[in-house]
Amino acid sequence: MPSINRSKTKTPMPSQDAKLRSKNFNEVALGYTEEDAINEAQRCLNCKKPSCMEGCPVQVQIPRFIKHIAEKNFESAISVIKETNSLPAVCGRVCPQEEQCEQKCVLAKRGDPVGIGRLERFAADWERQQGVKIPDRANPIGKKVAIIGSGPAGLTCAGDLAKLGYDVTVFEAFHEPGGVLIYGIPEFRLPKEIVKQEVDFLKKLGVNVQTDMVMGKVLTVDDIFEKGYEAVFIGTGAGLPKFMKIPGENYLGVYSANEFLTRINLMKAYKFPETDTPVKVGKKVAVVGGGNVAMDSARSALRMGAEEVYIVYRRSESEMPARKEEFEHAKEEGIIFKFLTNPTRIIGDEKGWVKGLECIQMELGEPDASGRRRPVPIKGSEFTLDMDTVVIAIGTGPNPLLIEATEGLKLNKYGYIETDEDGRTSKEGVWAGGDIVTGSATVILAMGAGKKAAQSIHEYLQGK
Amino acid sequence: MFQIIDKKDLAPSIKQFVVDAPLVAQKARPGQFIILRIKEGGERIPLTIADYDTQKGTITIVFQEVGKTTKELGTLKAGDYLADFVGPLGKAVEFSNHKKVLGIGGGLGVAPLYPKLKMLHENGAEVISIIGAKTADMLIMEEEIKAVSDKTYVCTDDGSKGRHGFVTVVLKELLEQGEKFDEIIIIGPPILMKIGTEIAKPYNIPIMVSLNPIMIDGTGMCGGCRVTVGGETKFVCVDGPAFDGSKVDFDELMKRLQTYTSEEKLALDKYHSERGACKCHQ
Ligand SMILES: Cc1cc2nc3c(=O)[nH]c(=O)nc-3n(C[C@H](O)[C@H](O)[C@H](O)COP(=O)(O)OP(=O)(O)OC[C@H]3O[C@@H](n4cnc5c(N)ncnc54)[C@H](O)[C@@H]3O)c2cc1C
Ligand SMILES: Cc1cc2nc3c(=O)[nH]c(=O)nc-3n(C[C@H](O)[C@H](O)[C@H](O)COP(=O)(O)OP(=O)(O)OC[C@H]3O[C@@H](n4cnc5c(N)ncnc54)[C@H](O)[C@@H]3O)c2cc1C
Ligand code: SF4
Ligand code: SF4
Ligand code: FES
Ligand SMILES: [Mg+2]
Repeated sequence: MPSINRSKTKTPMPSQDAKLRSKNFNEVALGYTEEDAINEAQRCLNCKKPSCMEGCPVQVQIPRFIKHIAEKNFESAISVIKETNSLPAVCGRVCPQEEQCEQKCVLAKRGDPVGIGRLERFAADWERQQGVKIPDRANPIGKKVAIIGSGPAGLTCAGDLAKLGYDVTVFEAFHEPGGVLIYGIPEFRLPKEIVKQEVDFLKKLGVNVQTDMVMGKVLTVDDIFEKGYEAVFIGTGAGLPKFMKIPGENYLGVYSANEFLTRINLMKAYKFPETDTPVKVGKKVAVVGGGNVAMDSARSALRMGAEEVYIVYRRSESEMPARKEEFEHAKEEGIIFKFLTNPTRIIGDEKGWVKGLECIQMELGEPDASGRRRPVPIKGSEFTLDMDTVVIAIGTGPNPLLIEATEGLKLNKYGYIETDEDGRTSKEGVWAGGDIVTGSATVILAMGAGKKAAQSIHEYLQGK
Repeated sequence: MFQIIDKKDLAPSIKQFVVDAPLVAQKARPGQFIILRIKEGGERIPLTIADYDTQKGTITIVFQEVGKTTKELGTLKAGDYLADFVGPLGKAVEFSNHKKVLGIGGGLGVAPLYPKLKMLHENGAEVISIIGAKTADMLIMEEEIKAVSDKTYVCTDDGSKGRHGFVTVVLKELLEQGEKFDEIIIIGPPILMKIGTEIAKPYNIPIMVSLNPIMIDGTGMCGGCRVTVGGETKFVCVDGPAFDGSKVDFDELMKRLQTYTSEEKLALDKYHSERGACKCHQ
């Protein structure tokens, strides 16, 4: 029997020093050592009715895998996780655990919950170091399925169908697969090598990944069916950037977070001029928004050499949707938070470059539809922050490019694809899942949707 | 990987490639463009589809060597491969039953003008064209344009060929002579499109321009290519590249094109010094 660790706090996560890391793109959290992991695993009570699992959208068998870690049986731990979660190295790093599994852990009532995410990451990293075993390929069924978009939804759906023996092709618009995991979430939070390895794993399962394929333009969904595919899964994400529609948004030096992060992550502008894509980051940078995207933009700006980086958010700290760990890390790195502050105008110089951000002070009023107290402007409280770069990270919408080129897809009033519980759309043979259905959500929810759709596609094709 | 199957020098520093890209060729229409990346670590640059052959599965692009990426592109030869070649992107242009059209192409703008005039010509429209360049040897695709035009005016800034002066001078003359067109298409550097639009605007003839802001993805996900058209923000890669010229804020477009001037210079200097240092090119 493993011994029990009664500590009320989580085993600390070794991480790069805040001063040092704010100047490089290497991973911030370094991961548990074997001792750390065993030590933390020993805090788990192995509850008969594990409430933690209620918080996990894909029902990872949490106490079972943690027990294996406590017993130093890492191989069993990772295989338990992989029964339900095909991207644990990613989820262990980016799941908002404080709102999911860890929030529901019984220990959270009296102190820190078990570090479930950290343990999941540990198990996945351990497996990668050993060299991931490739499962035997399933007997081919001889039916072709197409997946559009290679984010977590598409990759999960592809992997599950390939394991069942389907001939799966993933069509991705960009030159690299991975979706937000590649172009959005920065290297210092999720090393791209991990995403590459996950994609390589799928390729070894027999999945055919075709990049440079802007679907709707180069091929339509109907073209895919004509090419002999019998089912299609759409996982194109919510990639359309929103702007604030305030004056001055087209000044030079104003970016959408999508553009800013794509330049830095996908195009590797942090290595410019070794790589060819530049990005312009001034000395003073304001990022507008309070989610993960805003944190990632702000912390990237810092690493690109900005001297002062502000997060301008119209609500207060407690309403901020970002992962807690990212908020903590951002504060440690010196990001300056301007809460209850809303931009009203961007000010430019005569050459068209940004030079300031005019903001208005807000206060919290009555709760709105989301249940959060609504920020209302305080009359006459306008003030100006001097800035030379502004990044807008206030959310995204559905990209209409594929949708407009696809006949017979029912959409909701916001333009997202309507599906039933299993991801089935109004169009025969077409499923959808992830952000293109739910609006911007999380990696694990997108994966869950991909998984459900794969099961439903399998049932449909068996019946055909 | 996409193979370059033919290469031609059209003018000093203007080159034409025919690229093997059957899927793109199958869907390509006049007005659309592609985005290419030469190699790993390279940037994504947009280039207009200057011609396409559905049967052969090829796309023709014409580019001017202006900076690091286009200069590096120019060193590739027939038989070489491009890492990425994405398209067809943007909206195809459509013309409703035009009987008489004026097409104006300045500098490299002649290349994107060509497929549009070709389509109009094939549809039976009367095509008048004005093409120009700085000097005679910079003039491109003259034969191709003439083949799809009923009348072609050639201009050079220095008078080394055809009319001495800008293409807009001829535009002004034609309009002042009372010539009527169903549409005027102006493609070239933003300043040319701006001036041409200002000249033509009082005549109440629809004006089509093709915009060229800085792009990355070309699919509407970054918003970097935004321009103001009729007071609204448009993403050129998905809403364009063709727009009603009378509504475009050209000054904003021209400013935004300057965003990376210092970085572009740095990249080019580095490229030149590396090539200089490399023995094989000395
Ligand atoms: C900066 C940032 C940080 C985030 N941080 C977190 C976090 O810490 N934790 C968390 O859980 N979630 C986070 N999220 C949210 C999470 O990444 C998304 O919810 C998730 O990636 C959605 O997955 P998806 O598969 O639906 O779509 P995406 O990941 O968006 O992938 C969609 C893919 O489809 C491709 N595509 C789109 N249109 C086409 C087309 N027409 N043809 C072919 N391909 C197409 C796109 O190029 C893309 O590769 C973050 C998001 C961002 C932007
Ligand atoms: C829809 C569209 C169609 C185009 N078609 C053609 C064409 O058929 N032939 C042609 O020669 N050129 C075309 N261009 C312009 C071409 O993309 C740029 O000349 C090229 O990207 C310059 O790259 P560079 O690295 O060689 O030069 P740089 O030195 O990097 O840039 C020179 C100038 O080109 C512009 N530019 C730089 N990067 C980009 C980018 N990523 N996207 C757009 N413009 C950029 C900027 O104004 C810059 O100042 C088109 C542009 C667009 C948007
Ligand atoms: S997948 Fe996410 S929510 Fe589920 S156990 Fe792992 S970290 Fe927690
Ligand atoms: S609720 Fe907490 S203590 Fe109980 S099994 Fe889950 S992780 Fe362990
Ligand atoms: S190039 Fe990114 S939206 Fe147009
Ligand atoms: Mg360049």
